[in-house]
Amino acid sequence: MLAYVLKRLGLGILVMLAVSTIVFTLTNVAADPARTIAGEGATAADVEAARIAYGFDRPIPVRYAEWLANVAQGDLGTSYRQRRPVADVVAERLPVTLALGLAAFALALALSLPLGLLAGLRENTWVDRLALVFALVGQAMPTFWFALLGMVIFVVKLGWLPASGSDTWRHFVLPSVVLAYYATPTLMRLTRAGVIEVMKSDYIRTARAKGLRPGKVVLKHAMRNAILPLVSVAAVQLGFMLGGSIVVETIFAMRGLGYLAWESITFSDLPVIQAVVLLIAGIYVLLTLGADILNAWLDPRLRMG
Amino acid sequence: MTHLQVNLSENRMRRQKVLRRALSHRSFVIGFVGVGIVLLLAILAPLVTWHDPYAQSIIDRRLPPIWYGWFWDDPLATWNHPLGTDQLGRDYWSRLVYGGRISLFIGLTATLVSGLIGTTLGILAGYFGGRTDMVISFLITTRLTMPVILVALATVALFNSSLMVVTLVLGLLLWDRFAVVTRSATMQVRSMEYVTAAKSIGSSTPRILLTEILPNIAAPLIVIATIEMATAILYEAALSFLGLGVQPPLPSWGLVLAQAKDDIFFAPWMITLPGIALFVLLLSINLLGDGVRDLTSPEGR
Amino acid sequence: MTRPIEKVLEVRDLQVKLSTSTGPLHAVRGISFDVAMGETVCIVGESGCGKSITALSVMGLLPKKAEVQAEALRFDSQDLLKLNERQLSNLRGDKLAMIFQEPMTALNPVYTIGDQLTEPLLRHRRISKREAYSLAERILEKVGISGAARRMQQFPHQLSGGLRQRIVIAMALICEPKLVIADEPTTALDVTIQAQILHLMKDLQREFGMGMLFITHDLGLVSRIADRVLVMYAGQIVESGSVAEIFDRPSHPYTKGLMQCLPSGVRAQPGARLGSIPGIVPNLVGGIKGCGFAGRCPAVREACRSAEIALRAVAGTQASRCILPPEEVAKLWTEAVGLEIEQ
Ligand SMILES: Nc1ncnc2c1ncn2[C@@H]1O[C@H](COP(=O)(O)OP(=O)(O)OP(=O)(O)O)[C@@H](O)[C@H]1O
Ligand code: SF4
Ligand SMILES: [Mg+2]
Repeated sequence: MLAYVLKRLGLGILVMLAVSTIVFTLTNVAADPARTIAGEGATAADVEAARIAYGFDRPIPVRYAEWLANVAQGDLGTSYRQRRPVADVVAERLPVTLALGLAAFALALALSLPLGLLAGLRENTWVDRLALVFALVGQAMPTFWFALLGMVIFVVKLGWLPASGSDTWRHFVLPSVVLAYYATPTLMRLTRAGVIEVMKSDYIRTARAKGLRPGKVVLKHAMRNAILPLVSVAAVQLGFMLGGSIVVETIFAMRGLGYLAWESITFSDLPVIQAVVLLIAGIYVLLTLGADILNAWLDPRLRMG
Repeated sequence: MTHLQVNLSENRMRRQKVLRRALSHRSFVIGFVGVGIVLLLAILAPLVTWHDPYAQSIIDRRLPPIWYGWFWDDPLATWNHPLGTDQLGRDYWSRLVYGGRISLFIGLTATLVSGLIGTTLGILAGYFGGRTDMVISFLITTRLTMPVILVALATVALFNSSLMVVTLVLGLLLWDRFAVVTRSATMQVRSMEYVTAAKSIGSSTPRILLTEILPNIAAPLIVIATIEMATAILYEAALSFLGLGVQPPLPSWGLVLAQAKDDIFFAPWMITLPGIALFVLLLSINLLGDGVRDLTSPEGR
Repeated sequence: MTRPIEKVLEVRDLQVKLSTSTGPLHAVRGISFDVAMGETVCIVGESGCGKSITALSVMGLLPKKAEVQAEALRFDSQDLLKLNERQLSNLRGDKLAMIFQEPMTALNPVYTIGDQLTEPLLRHRRISKREAYSLAERILEKVGISGAARRMQQFPHQLSGGLRQRIVIAMALICEPKLVIADEPTTALDVTIQAQILHLMKDLQREFGMGMLFITHDLGLVSRIADRVLVMYAGQIVESGSVAEIFDRPSHPYTKGLMQCLPSGVRAQPGARLGSIPGIVPNLVGGIKGCGFAGRCPAVREACRSAEIALRAVAGTQASRCILPPEEVAKLWTEAVGLEIEQ
């Protein structure tokens, strides 16, 4: 098990290296950082001056190595726009995204697990159909449109919730719901499929033959097996949410990572963009590793196999 | 001669059976009709609209759609602009119909690009296995690790956004699912008898890949294609909505929505209509995909 | 016999219909039998003849789409058809237990043996977890598993098929049931393990005195463990009687055919499967007119197809669902033309 985890961590580091190379290439080869720093309307001489001042005249591999060494030490550079360490800028935005992401993820699970379970147990009944429609609508509903509709109803018409910002818990209600609904269809469908599959298995029949009550049969014997395929997908969803949903945070002007990313992109604040992409990739790598460990904990066959 | 006839009629019967089953599959039919309607409207755009989608008119700004006349006796609602006009007085119906062209173009082109990349990688990994598989799997993992929207936004912004750039960037980003599914499907098919047979009569590898493997993994590929097409359309709309996708005055639905955002208080239909268009198209594509998956799955047969 | 035979299971005219996409499937078409305490009744028959469905209807574990009717379905003098799901579940795993065919999949892969083994006790007895565990260890030793304490900590995938089947048996017996239904409990195991398990079940039966309904394909096995035999074909009992009667003088062409397919001397050996008689089993969707075996019977005649054939007493406790007199049946299949032996 330990060897497996170490192997996975090693792979994760390799992947992170690859991602960092891609990000660095995109932001330094595709774009001209000197021009960005010099600002719009700068003369050719200004740009050259910026290029030399920031060391952009040196060869790319040298700059990449230097950047990587800095990143490895936690130095993510200086934000062009805010003129302070990127690490500070990012850290400042983390709490809002974390709160939003966790709330949305919890809500998504709270919706999709019971609904998927019920739909799976009552396959082809009206409950199942309803759940299916709910999932289909969720899959086809563009997040930003759903957010706007929510705003029209709960902010404009009813006036129950604040329109934008991230100051009180009420600011988080609508964004969490929107984000949760985005993740729900996949999770629900997987749960449903898992439950249907597992309920057919022999060990469920054994459990019933022992006289166990239906609740125990389902919750103890079926559910744990049914959610096995869900774990890794849920981890990816959580990673997506913890990375900050650009769309949702931008629409609701929540001062989280996603909004920061959008601002940085519109202002060509390259160091911040690099940092956010790396951070999200890092979260993804850790979460998929966590999912594998959780899976091994849930399923002894993986633990010892 | 008679042998041939028997074969023909058998073939026809089988085709009829497949057709009958497809027609009795509800989500397939709904999806097919939905996509068909959007596609027809997009192709016939000049015939079904009577205003230039770009023509502005100061006096005709923010006209309400026709049902405002029916229900609230709004005198401004006329059949001249059945879905009303936008903040620049452009006909909403025309903009939505032409916007459908953009969505479909992006959806199809990006899926083609990503399908080519993903299928090639997946087939190579699945067929050759070993080191090839290791490298390609690493590529897939790396790609999965990168947040699509963010990377797409950043890239599009760096390259100055245009329809072509958005399409290409999405195509270059959305190949992972193709690769994953093709890889495992190829692995399954690889050891089948007909592949071994083809190898033993000395067929070349590219020939085996194209004539033996590809046709046999076509069904899952079609399903993935519908998923990726919906995803590409959704991402384009999101990018454009955030101001970093297709640029004005092109009537991309995402962009139309973004421009309508400021009128959320006084003209809610302006955000409702493009959203519905997007929703209907995405729903239809998803239903179509579900239908194809059910119809081609072994239990469904 | 001094004490009266205590009937633990009584089945009268059991009918089971399953709804399928092509129509209602009449899986069990009116079967009747009893099982007494300490007795082993064997149901034999080819695949698909309705053995498992019969067992599951006693357990109340049929799929929801199944429709069950019976003149009587009594267990331990309770009418099973009148019990609700909750009352049924009170019996299941306690007084009424079942052992399934597939030892590889009958146990839940994610819980330990100890956890699963103690479940029936914790469900049906008022005892603590600790007591349940020590009882479970004791029963593991009874089914011949050594190192019980360590086994209790293990997961199913860590055990061999034979061990798993012993655990499944232990799980069924842990509450000392009055009736055990064993649905092909040894089919998936290799021959030596099969013999051990059978031996074990016989011993345990002697010890606990329970009734056993034993379902199998395996004629050789029947002769070793059964007191009475029910031969099933297409949802009906076509012949019933004591082991001696059935083996010495099969009086239904189907039974006779099955016997004939066994090379002489194989009878008593486990692993001798039902031989294959040419022809196909009738479709159970829709009705069957007359004798269900008519399509494969060498002695078929007009009368067989025109009316329903009744189960008629032959001699002693033996009964057969055939219009031929037993002497005629004895002459059938003697050349055994075209019969293959399936091992
Ligand atoms: N869930 C079900 N739905 C529909 N038909 C079923 C179902 N289970 C069994 N059947 C049908 O009912 C008939 C009797 O099945 P049953 O399982 O009792 O056979 P069996 O005698 O136990 O066979 P085997 O020796 O293969 O276990 C078969 O024709 C079978 O196809
Ligand atoms: S009733 Fe007729 S067909 Fe049926 S077994 Fe007897 S002889 Fe054969
Ligand atoms: Mg069976």
